[in-house]
Amino acid sequence: MGKPTRVTNCIRALRFNAGEMTQADLADRLGVTRQTVIAIEQSRYSPSLEMAFQIAKVFDVPLDDVFQYPKEK
Amino acid sequence: MPFEEKMTWVNLVVTIAVPIWFFATMIGRLQTTPAADIAFQRPLIIAIVASVVLMVVGAILMSIGTSVTAVAKGRKPEDDIDRKDERDKTISRQGDLVGYYVASVGAVGVLVLTMLEVEYVWIAGALYLSFVAAMIVGSIVKLVAYHRGF
Repeated sequence: MGKPTRVTNCIRALRFNAGEMTQADLADRLGVTRQTVIAIEQSRYSPSLEMAFQIAKVFDVPLDDVFQYPKEK
Repeated sequence: MPFEEKMTWVNLVVTIAVPIWFFATMIGRLQTTPAADIAFQRPLIIAIVASVVLMVVGAILMSIGTSVTAVAKGRKPEDDIDRKDERDKTISRQGDLVGYYVASVGAVGVLVLTMLEVEYVWIAGALYLSFVAAMIVGSIVKLVAYHRGF
């Protein structure tokens, strides 16, 4: 499967550090489907700015610690 | 699989199966009857009503199946059925937009047939085919978006 977005993220690591939170737990806290969490983690879907902030809030970290964008060469 | 994706599959199957029956019926009648004399109204109404009924039945069966699966996994059924998130909505909009373009192209074809004053059966068939093609293409776009991302 391709990666249609250049936005990368550390959600998997953040979940692991947050007591091995499952994708289903994160989905429940965000009010989205587990498949959406999977799609975001695999960079197959870029969430809205609002959901991005919600994800950062769940892990209590700044947005930059969750999502990254490659610098232009 | 998200509930919305399941529903897209249901709609796709119904949207392919019912028109196959309709067009097979029409082709069968065209073998023996001139186009001007073909009674297409009844099969067309049956096809449209059948599509709606089958989609509703499919939605009910899919809801039951999803609920049973959710309970088996210790989840609340409404969490899996009612949860339509921003990704579902974006995918739905994308599919509907592409379907709209397909229907528009089909409508132009129907206009041409009307200008050529062909028999009603061809105009009705072309218009129905336009809607069917729009729904099929729209559903495929949604399913591809669910699996490959966008």
